[in-house]
Amino acid sequence: MYVAVKGGERAILNSYRRLDAYRRGNVAVPELTLAQIREQMPLAISRVMAEGSLYDPHLAALALKQAAGDQVEAIFLLRAYRTTLARFGYTQPIDTGAMRLQRRISSTFKDVPGGQVLGPTYDYTQRLLDFSLEIEGNVEGSAAAEATVPTPPAPQPDTAMPRVTSLLEAESLVEADAIPAGDPAPPDLTREPLTLPAGRAARLQNLARADEGFLLSMGYSTQRGYGNTHPFAAEIRYGTTEVELFVEELGFAVTIGEIEVTECQMVSQFAGSANEAPRFTRGYGLVFGYGERKAMSMALVDRAMRAEELGEGGDAPANDIEFMLYHSDNVEASGFVQHLKLPHYVDFQANLELLRRLRAEQAPQEGATASANAATPDTSPAPQPQEETLA
Amino acid sequence: MSQFSDREAATTTVARDDHYNFGYLDESTKRMLRRALLKAVAIPGYQVPFGSREMPLPYGWGTGGIQVTAAIIGTRDVLKVIDQGSDDTTNAINIRRFFGRVTGVPTTERTAEATIVQTRHRVPETPLRAGQVMVFQVPIPEPLRWLESSEAETRTMHALAEYGAMHVKLYEDIAHHGHIATTYDYPVIVNQRYMMRPSPIPKFDNPKLHNNPALMLFGAGREKRVYAVPPYTSVKSLDFVDHPFTVEKWASCCAQCGATDSYLDEIITDDAGTRMFVCSDTEYCADRRAAGHTGTNATADTIAKEGAAA
Repeated sequence: MYVAVKGGERAILNSYRRLDAYRRGNVAVPELTLAQIREQMPLAISRVMAEGSLYDPHLAALALKQAAGDQVEAIFLLRAYRTTLARFGYTQPIDTGAMRLQRRISSTFKDVPGGQVLGPTYDYTQRLLDFSLEIEGNVEGSAAAEATVPTPPAPQPDTAMPRVTSLLEAESLVEADAIPAGDPAPPDLTREPLTLPAGRAARLQNLARADEGFLLSMGYSTQRGYGNTHPFAAEIRYGTTEVELFVEELGFAVTIGEIEVTECQMVSQFAGSANEAPRFTRGYGLVFGYGERKAMSMALVDRAMRAEELGEGGDAPANDIEFMLYHSDNVEASGFVQHLKLPHYVDFQANLELLRRLRAEQAPQEGATASANAATPDTSPAPQPQEETLA
Repeated sequence: MSQFSDREAATTTVARDDHYNFGYLDESTKRMLRRALLKAVAIPGYQVPFGSREMPLPYGWGTGGIQVTAAIIGTRDVLKVIDQGSDDTTNAINIRRFFGRVTGVPTTERTAEATIVQTRHRVPETPLRAGQVMVFQVPIPEPLRWLESSEAETRTMHALAEYGAMHVKLYEDIAHHGHIATTYDYPVIVNQRYMMRPSPIPKFDNPKLHNNPALMLFGAGREKRVYAVPPYTSVKSLDFVDHPFTVEKWASCCAQCGATDSYLDEIITDDAGTRMFVCSDTEYCADRRAAGHTGTNATADTIAKEGAAA
């Protein structure tokens, strides 16, 4: 005997308890502290802050802990919290040229003013599991044993490290990065809906909080021939920069904090057109924290989305601005994909009813077709409308 | 506790959490939303873009409806939340609990008691009255989306009322299948102007939208659109003179309450595929049973058993 489903609320509360236990794991193992997550998983923190659009390492650590390490879930938690925060104002544009750098590389010049600085990178690690990290207390890993010299200091803040693209700009070899007339304020996609056609400022903002995996795959597709960009990584830099807020009461900008950012400038060859000389064009990537993979992917995708503007007429997926912007956000995508878990039985019933009717109608017709050119089948064909009535 | 006394209790089961502003959203966000809703009411069926926020429930799970409800709800409102016509599905419970936590307003399972009814996929069988607000959760607001994937393009089509493509699609359905093969989210024309998706309600519910005395608000959070059907506005389901719009009919009545005028869900009761049909609107079904109606499967005895189980 069917009994209407009841007790959903109790089931939900029980699922909370099961989730708490699942997240905590074996209670004999000490609990993770937020400080441990923040300090020892900085790349995870970076991604959660970047895609969560909220620069707060402490809250990102909390979100990661609560999400049991699921980055997209942690990003979602941070985004939902962000909704409740008051907007005090907008900071001054940051000057990445004046960043205090931890890392800076250029793949377009052997040497550049300020030099190439590898900094903390996995690039030239041999990807061998470092079993010395299994031993608790061995803080530095096997690298410490190999190194005979102490850890070098970070580059001196006073070492001038101009942006590589600025050097190209001096020769007019790369398109100017001029501030548009009147220096219009960029749209704020977290406050206003995306409108089309979307300007580059809105697009970059969308990409800055876009899913890293999506950008990586789409950027990759442009390298494999779906979109034609021939990019060079003119420069990748990672470091800290001061954030300033203009305070009306004071009449000047004050520094309110420091953030880590990763910036990538790609340059791609542009053949020029009737009224423009050949030159390099830019693709730009900037993310919170240390996120080189994403900054590079973002720069590739940004350039691919400029195809139309530059008269290249690309029709690859990465060239389609609307497609890219509407599918880049993992909070949106994750929610909508997973909403298929919700009950759909009302709509399913509507489909079932139609499907049964169509099959019932088709069955006698099939029988008739089987008897080939025999007597006229007694089922008339599907009624055709005599005329279209367009309401 | 019996099922029926459960339903009569118009209270929330969670305490108000003062850490959050009333309705979760801050007041300026609510004002932004209300402005968008006023525009939507002024242009029936037109999709108004709004600055949708990330809510603490996932996109695609009712964030549009939740934001609309959060923008209009006040301390004296009584909220009903249904999903698939039922107050008891986990998503409906979760949304009801959310509003209990962030507003503290009483919730109800009775359509007549509610001032706001938030819904996913159904319109209650109980007729709405003037002064009530229906809030629909909308996954994809654009009726032309399956015909034209570009938003820039579909907005132009709406501006020009260029809806021929949808008629062609319905015509092709008839040519291929002998019927219009759209069973839910069936397109309508609102106020003789804008084509609108009624959200994925079965087409059975479409006639209820026409000239309804209640205000109908539609929220699509992920797609960042709201739209509205004001009270007593014409809502016409698309059809052809020789293929008039029809709604689903069932050969059987509700197995529990015997209703023949409600939307029925199919329940598989054993592994031999035995089926029975029951009302999708749980409130309507329970009311009828309380009034003494019985279906093919229900007797006074089984109702008592259910009450004990609940």
